[in-house]
Amino acid sequence: MPNPVSVQSINPKVLKCEYAVRGEIVILAQRLQEELKAKPGSLPFDEILYCNIGNPQSLGQLPITFFREVLALCDHPAILDKAEAQGLFSADSIKRAWQILDQIPGRATGAYSHSQGIKGLRDTIAAGIEARDGFPANPNDLFLTDGASPAVHMMMQLLIGSEKDGLLCPIPQYPLYSASIALHGGSLVPYYLDEETGWGLEVSELKKQLKEARSKGITVKALVVINPGNPTGQVLAEENQRAIVEFCKQEGLVLLADEVYQENVYVPEKKFHSFKKVARSMGYGDNDLCLVSFQSVSKGYHGECGKRGGYMEVTGFSPEVREQIYKLASVNLCSNISGQILASLVMSPPKVGDESYESYSAEKDGILKSLARRAKTLEDAFKSLEGITCNKAEGAMYLFPRIKLPEKAIKTAEAAKTAPDLFYCRRLLNATGVVVVPGSGFGQVPGTWHFRCTILPQEDKIPAIVSRLTAFHKSFMDEYRN
Amino acid sequence: MAPKGLDYEHLNENVKKVQYAVRGELYLRASELQKEGKKIIFTNVGNPHALGQKPLTFPRQVVALCQAPFLLDDPNVGLMFPADAIARAKHYLSLTSGGLGAYSDSRGIPGVRKEVAEFLLRRDGYPSDPELIFLTDGASKGVMQILNTIIRGPNDGILVPVPQYPLYSAAISLFGGTLVPYYLEETANWGLDVNDLRNAVSQAQFKGITVRAMVIINPGNPTGQCLSEANLSEILRFCYQEGLVLLGDEVYQQNIYQDERPFISSKKVLMDMGPPYSKEVQLVSFHTVSKGYWGECGQRGGYFEMTNIPPKSVDEIYKVASIALSPNVPAQIFMGLMVNPLKPGDVSYEQFIRESKGILESLRKRARIMTDGFNSCRNVVCNFTEGAMYSFPQIRLPPKAIEAAKSAGKVPDVFYCLKLLEATGISTVPGSGFGQKEGVFHLRTTILPAEEDMPAIMESFKKFNDGFMKQYEDTRGYSRM
Repeated sequence: MPNPVSVQSINPKVLKCEYAVRGEIVILAQRLQEELKAKPGSLPFDEILYCNIGNPQSLGQLPITFFREVLALCDHPAILDKAEAQGLFSADSIKRAWQILDQIPGRATGAYSHSQGIKGLRDTIAAGIEARDGFPANPNDLFLTDGASPAVHMMMQLLIGSEKDGLLCPIPQYPLYSASIALHGGSLVPYYLDEETGWGLEVSELKKQLKEARSKGITVKALVVINPGNPTGQVLAEENQRAIVEFCKQEGLVLLADEVYQENVYVPEKKFHSFKKVARSMGYGDNDLCLVSFQSVSKGYHGECGKRGGYMEVTGFSPEVREQIYKLASVNLCSNISGQILASLVMSPPKVGDESYESYSAEKDGILKSLARRAKTLEDAFKSLEGITCNKAEGAMYLFPRIKLPEKAIKTAEAAKTAPDLFYCRRLLNATGVVVVPGSGFGQVPGTWHFRCTILPQEDKIPAIVSRLTAFHKSFMDEYRN
Repeated sequence: MAPKGLDYEHLNENVKKVQYAVRGELYLRASELQKEGKKIIFTNVGNPHALGQKPLTFPRQVVALCQAPFLLDDPNVGLMFPADAIARAKHYLSLTSGGLGAYSDSRGIPGVRKEVAEFLLRRDGYPSDPELIFLTDGASKGVMQILNTIIRGPNDGILVPVPQYPLYSAAISLFGGTLVPYYLEETANWGLDVNDLRNAVSQAQFKGITVRAMVIINPGNPTGQCLSEANLSEILRFCYQEGLVLLGDEVYQQNIYQDERPFISSKKVLMDMGPPYSKEVQLVSFHTVSKGYWGECGQRGGYFEMTNIPPKSVDEIYKVASIALSPNVPAQIFMGLMVNPLKPGDVSYEQFIRESKGILESLRKRARIMTDGFNSCRNVVCNFTEGAMYSFPQIRLPPKAIEAAKSAGKVPDVFYCLKLLEATGISTVPGSGFGQKEGVFHLRTTILPAEEDMPAIMESFKKFNDGFMKQYEDTRGYSRM
């Protein structure tokens, strides 16, 4: 009897795609964690430290109080009528909850909404985009989604008809892009970020890769840019962004701008500029450029990963294409309402003069300053290790150090049929309990090795991480040094 | 200037093929009319809270506390929240790895999956493995994940009931597979005949299609029928013989409005059949927090349970789930609360039971009111809504009406439904959106409008329908099955 859902007979695109952020190393870490629970003291460390994933609240970061007040009130509006609510919730969170509930038909947060998201919330987000950029945003261009990732998938679905359809992606990249391209049966056209120049993005490299792809018969549809970068952390300079916009316009490429880390910038000499703002300030409008910008509630200072909130702003496309995007969104009916509400709060937080502004501001600054400190501490720690260089994390939530592995280590890894960086990361995990993701999960120039480590463990855990890492690295190099 | 990446001509053809009538032409027209100030009664989608059904109190209390854990530290929290809600909030927070704001395990919080497994054991009498239960952002996402795993290309066929909930046809189009229809028999209460299934498979094979899976929706959508145990055994035996994976959409399992055929899960029937079936037939079962008496559509909470799926395939499904990182955590808590309900003696138990019973009893009444209401209309025949949330009356359109539709460039049932909308504000979904036999027309409406509004709605419908029939009838007679 035939066996329909066996590995031999499932969709080969599923087999092909990979996602290292929750891959092999993490599965091993979970097993070790269970071992620690069952037999405490059986391993050379007392806890697993998950530095593999941008999941701030799992490592102790607290949510923004105002946001949670509003969400709780929207989840259970019956509280709003109670006198006790005044004592438990800030006045402006109560006010905001009423305002939001009035934008929801019947105040029903348990109902499916419009497939693009509740109109009133989209209005708020559009206003937030305009306040950020100085250029207007149309609420009808917004699609609220369960996180930014489903929005990326929607665009992939739209753009990819076959493996002849290609998307230019940065190497290294956040592997959602490589995985979703594989899953949808397209081709990833890599463009290399330059490690020597702080992970610079050169238009000359874009042109070169585009030309090569086209010569192979690939129709390149879009350019993916992650700004601030993941895993690389660089924040693009405005003139760089202008050159990228110009390139997309000239070549008729859709610009897919992953801007989920827009609030995570740690260096005074750089600022986040949205690609929409850059394009509009160049005088380019809907007739000039197809631009899709992604934002999320998971990152920034709010770090609300578990809520699954986000949106894409889609500009510059025809009504027929609009209809198709809407149609795709409608098959899933709508994204979760609580996440929609949160997205509107993120794009329109308390303002100066609001009752909650001071505490909100203190919480936000506290988190961002702490992230900046941790980024620096870990960068310095990595740089101090033999054979390791590390670019600064200008933004985002990661460090991506490069490790010059000794020949002996590389050969040992290859003999074990393991990628050398995975070999290193596994040894690191087994010795220290620290979970990082091998660079091969993100892509890297062949023959170079990296790993991605988040800057998210709480500040008081950082010294222990640094000392464990340092000790492990020294002993690893002692073992394998040429 | 070079062609642009998002030009219509260059879009993925599969996307263009997708149809989803539930939010299609009728809904868009209804929304337009609503903007112009017309009162619209949206009965196009199973969205209870949008039509006035209140959320159950207890789960909202628990999730609100989980959203704002600082409340739990406040000495006055007991004034606003009952003790059992407070305890449950603490329980679910302890199961998370950082509260509602952290990505959970990509399959869902292990503690909640354990609660789902315990629910399944109580419901069916057979143990369930939490490792084979994946929580998803709504059942739809789970359906799409599984179909995407199965469909390799256009030669892979999926058996789908006609009429069906168009998520299935849309997903199959999107993933480039082939829908292999099996027709439900309206005169036999929307029953299915295994011989029809066999014929459908042979015909598909003749066309070079390999049928890989079979979808059943039980209770049915839009048709509402509840499958009997005998029917389910037949289906499972058929899947065993043909090597098909059975996809059991059971999202309406709480919505049962007759007592002859209570809900029985595909899993229970499969296990009852014993070996070889119970050990070999591959089954994926889907459930949700959106339907039942919970109606929490906006939370996007669901799960699927895999039975007899090889471990390597489970790994691949897990891998794809991990790309999306995790399902939303608040909905996972709703799911936990749904499968792990209050017990007698709990402070909030009485209120919970009262609210739940109230909703179910009212739905049962409304199912009857609507069926009877439709059957009292000229040229309308309606099977009783045994379960789910919809009524799917057959509208016997006179030839003149069909001609008028053609002249207007509309499919006949779309024509009828648009006229119904313009005249009464009732927004339905034409039967063509779900599939039906050639020349037979239906519309789908929900049974969700408030009980007190029902008589007026049915009267309004009857007035429109009987007027329409009078207008278009002639002595030639009219279309019938």
